Amino acid sequence: MSWVVTRRRIVDAISKVFMGLAAVVGVFFLFWIMWTTLKFGITGMHWTLFTQDTPPPGTDGFGLRNAFVGSLILLGLSLLIGVPVGLMAGTWLAEYGFHSRTANTVRFINDIMLSAPSIEIGLFAYAIMVSPMGHFSALAGSLALAVLMIPIIVRTTDEMLGLVGNDVREAAIALGAPNSVVITQVTWRAARAGIITGILIGLARITGETAPLLFTALNNQYFTTNVFSPMANIPMVIFQFALSPYTNWQQMAWAAAFITVLFVLVLSILARWLAGRVQVQK
Amino acid sequence: MSSLDTAARIEKGSAPANPKSSGKPWRLSGDSLFHTAARLAAFLVVATLFATVIAIALDSWLSIKTFGVWNFLKSSEWNPVTSTFGAFPFIIGTLVSSAIAMLLAVPISFGTALFISEIAPYWMRRPIAGAVELLAAIPSIVYGLWGLVVFAPVFGQIEPWISNTFGVIPGVGVLFQGPPMGIGMLTAGVILAIMILPYISSVMRDVFMAVPWSLRESAYAMGCTTWEVAWHIMLPYTRTAVIGGMFLGLGRALGETMAVTFVIGNSNVLSSSLLMPGATIPSVLANEFTEATSRLYLSSLIYLGLILIAVTLVVRFLAVLLVRRLANREGASS
Repeated sequence: MSWVVTRRRIVDAISKVFMGLAAVVGVFFLFWIMWTTLKFGITGMHWTLFTQDTPPPGTDGFGLRNAFVGSLILLGLSLLIGVPVGLMAGTWLAEYGFHSRTANTVRFINDIMLSAPSIEIGLFAYAIMVSPMGHFSALAGSLALAVLMIPIIVRTTDEMLGLVGNDVREAAIALGAPNSVVITQVTWRAARAGIITGILIGLARITGETAPLLFTALNNQYFTTNVFSPMANIPMVIFQFALSPYTNWQQMAWAAAFITVLFVLVLSILARWLAGRVQVQK
Repeated sequence: MSSLDTAARIEKGSAPANPKSSGKPWRLSGDSLFHTAARLAAFLVVATLFATVIAIALDSWLSIKTFGVWNFLKSSEWNPVTSTFGAFPFIIGTLVSSAIAMLLAVPISFGTALFISEIAPYWMRRPIAGAVELLAAIPSIVYGLWGLVVFAPVFGQIEPWISNTFGVIPGVGVLFQGPPMGIGMLTAGVILAIMILPYISSVMRDVFMAVPWSLRESAYAMGCTTWEVAWHIMLPYTRTAVIGGMFLGLGRALGETMAVTFVIGNSNVLSSSLLMPGATIPSVLANEFTEATSRLYLSSLIYLGLILIAVTLVVRFLAVLLVRRLANREGASS
């Protein structure tokens, strides 16, 4: 065997070991982070987390009720703003724009928005809502989160409607249905699983977002459902409590982080499962 | 009588039309309304991008007028008390932490993608790809919390070794000197690397999987090893999209806020050592935004945001352009 062959084999063997190690790195950090979150999260779990509000600095007690309710309101409002806009924009791309120049430009810009750093969107919501209104508000936070979610919904809706066969559309048109009826009654239904997947992924993406809320919804020590005022929310509580000197606050930050991660993982796995069903249908 | 018959008789004129009907097909107005709504939504998506840039530029106008562009970029003075602001330490901090992240994440992503697409047994591919992608699902605040409480102390144990090994190399040694604190520029870079790993590796994996089998098989038939196929056949074929994927990761790293804020140490003074605390544009925004008392202070912080947007927009534009180019070629050839 010549030395060239030997060298090539050695390079190949080294590269394969490197590839295997590289794959282990990602999995290793995933489990490390999950394990930590689970371990610290469980110790911070108390039933009162769901029944009491966040305790003032330096006092005992565990409570996150105001933050949980705040986060749910924020996420609900974001869905209310984001889903109609994202769904309709994606529908326009797939059902009206097709591969026209305009539609492809919209797709391109949507892809750019897809990877926008959340802090920029937070500054945007600050500039158009908080600054003119003169105070931080949950509504501004929801707007920022919705803007983060919309590109994801647009893209999946566009792709999923593209998977629906044209024969289905033609059959509906042949029955005399106008475009809007074809879309709402036929193609949306056919692509339902895929569209819901997109919404779930979008929701998972914004659940733990903190940076945009820093400039918009801020935080609130008290319980409120007023969307025009600052509102307590889980990500901001994690941010403030984690860096505080109080042990019970730190434990609450971990409990909140654990619940957030659990929620996001369930959403992601649900989305994955639904996406798998889309593949089967196709 | 079926409705179709009625319709036919109305058309022939043998049956009276519904007297309440306006005569116009009612569904058409709803139809055009639907179309308009869809068009409006698509327009909103496009408008948001431009509105973001314009709104942030307007809010930073006061600071732009006061400090100018070039002076703001090159000044290292960030002092709220004297109301003098300069972006230099934060720009360098952003670029350096992202550069560290890229140096670590790109080779690891490349290896991961090749492992999944080339050498992993079939049953292993989906679980590993799924696990790496789940890294992207973990919220950045959790990375920050984990980085500060768990990773930084561990990393602090390794830092003396880094400092002893690399600190003695002439020239670059100065980058690795200083007390082992666990937090600082290098820690931020490492955590950013973990965070952008799933983005880069999933693009690489997708395009490697899309390399035509005929290309690979001809190379293997010539006696190429796996590494030679990967390096000389697959990488050149997918080059543009691979670079696009790298830009995608870079865009994420540049704008990442919470994780960096927790572990970078938040020092507004530039240090020559990577082991020392620093700050990035997003981290200073997160730290000082709610404390900004004067209009000029706030405007200067938003000005930093404007610089960040300008940089990430270019990076993201290139990323989308390059990743798409391969997809277009795929479409054209099939």
